[in-house]
Amino acid sequence: MKLHIQGGRLVNPATGEDRVADVFIDQGGIVAFDQAPDAFVADQTIDAKGLLVLPGLVDLSARLREPGYEHRATLESELNAALAGGVTSIVLPPDTDPVLDEPGLVEMLKHRARQMHQSHVYPLGAMTRNLQGKVITEMAELTEAGCVAFSQAEVQLEDASVLLRCMQYARSFDYTLWLRPQDPYLSKGGVAASGPYASRLGLSGIPVQAETIALHTIFELQRSARVRLHLCRLSSAAGLELVRQAKKEGLPVTCDVSMNHVHLTDLDIGYFDSNYRFAPPLRSQRDREAIWQGLLDGTIDAICSDHTPVDDDDKLLPFAEAEPGSTGLELLLSLAIKWSQEQAVPLAEALAKVTANPAAILGAAVPASCGKLYVGADADLCLVDAEQYWTPTPEGLKSQGKHSPFIGMELPGRVKMTIVEGRVAYTDTLI
Amino acid sequence: MRSPQLNRHGELTHLLTIEGLPRDIVTHILDTASSFVPLAERDIKKVPLLRGKSVFNLFFENSTRTRTTFEIAAKRLSADVYNLNINASSTNKGESLLDTIDNLAAMQADLFVVRHASSGAPFLIAEHVAPHVHVINAGDGRHAHPTQGLLDAYTIRHYKKDFTQLTVAIVGDVLHSRVARSDIHALTTLGVPEVRVIGPLTLLPSGLEQMGVKVFTDMKEGLKDVDVVIMLRLQNERMSGALLPSAQEYFKNYGLTQEKLALAKPDAIVMHPGPMNRGVEIDSAVADGPQAVILNQVTFGIAVRMAVMSIVAGA
Amino acid sequence: MTTPTPFASLDAEALYATLRNAVARLLAGLPAENTHLLGIYSGGGWIAERLQKDLGLAGEPGFLNISFYRDDYEKIGLHSEVRPTSVPFDVQDKHLIVLDDVLYTGRTIRGAMNELFDYGRPASIKLAVLVDRGGRELPVAADIAALTVALDPQQTLVLSQHEGRFHFEFESQSPEPDHA
Repeated sequence: MKLHIQGGRLVNPATGEDRVADVFIDQGGIVAFDQAPDAFVADQTIDAKGLLVLPGLVDLSARLREPGYEHRATLESELNAALAGGVTSIVLPPDTDPVLDEPGLVEMLKHRARQMHQSHVYPLGAMTRNLQGKVITEMAELTEAGCVAFSQAEVQLEDASVLLRCMQYARSFDYTLWLRPQDPYLSKGGVAASGPYASRLGLSGIPVQAETIALHTIFELQRSARVRLHLCRLSSAAGLELVRQAKKEGLPVTCDVSMNHVHLTDLDIGYFDSNYRFAPPLRSQRDREAIWQGLLDGTIDAICSDHTPVDDDDKLLPFAEAEPGSTGLELLLSLAIKWSQEQAVPLAEALAKVTANPAAILGAAVPASCGKLYVGADADLCLVDAEQYWTPTPEGLKSQGKHSPFIGMELPGRVKMTIVEGRVAYTDTLI
Repeated sequence: MRSPQLNRHGELTHLLTIEGLPRDIVTHILDTASSFVPLAERDIKKVPLLRGKSVFNLFFENSTRTRTTFEIAAKRLSADVYNLNINASSTNKGESLLDTIDNLAAMQADLFVVRHASSGAPFLIAEHVAPHVHVINAGDGRHAHPTQGLLDAYTIRHYKKDFTQLTVAIVGDVLHSRVARSDIHALTTLGVPEVRVIGPLTLLPSGLEQMGVKVFTDMKEGLKDVDVVIMLRLQNERMSGALLPSAQEYFKNYGLTQEKLALAKPDAIVMHPGPMNRGVEIDSAVADGPQAVILNQVTFGIAVRMAVMSIVAGA
Repeated sequence: MTTPTPFASLDAEALYATLRNAVARLLAGLPAENTHLLGIYSGGGWIAERLQKDLGLAGEPGFLNISFYRDDYEKIGLHSEVRPTSVPFDVQDKHLIVLDDVLYTGRTIRGAMNELFDYGRPASIKLAVLVDRGGRELPVAADIAALTVALDPQQTLVLSQHEGRFHFEFESQSPEPDHA
């Protein structure tokens, strides 16, 4: 299939390249920019005038709810949502049901995803059996089956000695551990960030120490084990400062934040709106500013959507009883553009956080061209009308998760087309 | 964000929390309550205001006392009252909160009085019901108990008249207390210049100063020259959660005895939302003494609840 | 917009004098220790207070705040800012004289009677007003009316009290172009 994308504004966050250029695609890869290769006759010409041509987004955390939670969402609906959001590579947390701790299960999942010919799915393997924090999983077998790294999802390890052993084991094979820094006892029962707002609302608080103490423990153990770590969903200024120090020290660590934390604070909870119930909880204005700062100075490497489809039965409940999380795959790009506009961050720099940077974190687990655009790269792209504003609605969302704090909010940037492996996989129907 | 308690015309259509209510609405509630107080002396203690209306007491957390005062208040307004005690755990397995509300609304409920263990539950309900249905929060988690805050304010006004000259101390487990939060909002809204909170740090939430109160961990310091002492109930569970060592130690340092009360002004009044734990937060001599106005709080509570119901039902 | 009263007879002080004499005659025929005055807030309350003093009656008059007994609660809610009802005497088997400034639709009086019956069963209730302006919507009548005059719905009549003297404020909203 030969594609000619004509007249689009090519933005390659990996290099900062930003220019109007035609793109020529053949046999699933980018074969040329600007000039068509000799004897190239396009099967399909796409008019991209006025549109951005971007690498497909790389989302470091999206729950697709299979296996086990099919009543909430399925691979079909969620991969459709991904394409509608221009996301062509997705990392899956291991907290499915059953947990991704069996190579056979991982293979089945990868196979099923591949059959759908949509976005690439990269599962994280469970770090311990059933995420129970006692027995290390067969990390080598799981890697062979397709796991890109190992994680405990939201389940906290209570025993630091187990964490140390997991680190040492992973190090032996040069695997990466993805950890959520949260102390299980300090965060127990908490549903909102400790502070004046939670106190006013009478909501049980999670103090910032839940994050910082966990980080201290993690870094101390990492100093001895020297395993590569990726820290997931940082939420506080104090936590980010620790990450900054660790990087300065030379520890092999990267980290991400959820797009929700880039935009929202605890005050947005308003009158107990459970659409703002997240794990980790939304923190204060000062923490959000520290997140912006961390994104700009490189302390934070990437932003993910933390896509978690939750249905009405689990959201339309009093705040403390509601399930945390929101739908995010379809909003990731728009919210990145919104951040770039509101905080005056150059577009390429903002988009790097959802393309080249997450790809770099995944390293050898993904193709070299993931999140990048160059001649020879796999043709995973999205075309975006950055000037088009749209408003997410429950009916308009492709995901089965209809809950998001951004519903009803006008957002900039609409994905018009998503191309995966050189094939048009999604075309926007909204004019 | 417009408060969900006020309708388009700025009238009180639900009572969910005192926080954010304009002072004139709070004062109107207290003034209306005054009109209802004399009713208790009449033979016919009823007025026909809510005749034909159905009031449903939805208590997801048990409380015979509060439920009974709401029932009396509603009956004195000539409403039909239905009591539903719903065990919170059975709700998880069976009907969802909103489904329960929908079913009751289909039975022509006009007013819900709701007590729930989760902060914010009444807001969820208020958002969900039709415009002619009203919700009164009888206590949600740790967040608010607005009718208690109002009746405490009414009691203080009855004895002390002018809010703007007072120092009020709230003593005890503020961390877990919805009464404390509502009292603080009521008093600061009505212009009390100094609201003090007294307790051990383990029982005080963070960020209290932003709510406009002064924090004391030393009860003797905190009670100096106060005009009103509000004692909060200490629940037994607190002893087991690594928050407090024992009831005896708590009483020694934070219990109200005659000796400690003497540090307050000589005409200071002592209040308690009830039920009291004698010997834990309050000494019997004080509870039964001349400065305690605890029984009157109960009487005023009925009038205040009548006022709240008639105001929201008329919006 | 206040216009000069087209009726010279709307002199509140003069009407009060007429009312006072009529009430005195009424009281002469009733047992003093079993008869009480009650005024409906606010205008009726002032009248009751002044009559109690002027007629040298023992005890205190009662005051009725009928806001809990109105029939339009659904429409207007509860907004009363006047003082609460006060009935400092036993109502059972007593003769009550209810005082109000203006009798119009009759709904206020119905509410007042409903309220009184929640206090007990009076032997009789008589109604004395300064002005009966017609426009009745219920079968209610005044036993004493210092003045009876037919007013249109657009016309309002409000009693006020200043330094112990009564005064009527009369307003006519958007008069029809041709009245002649």
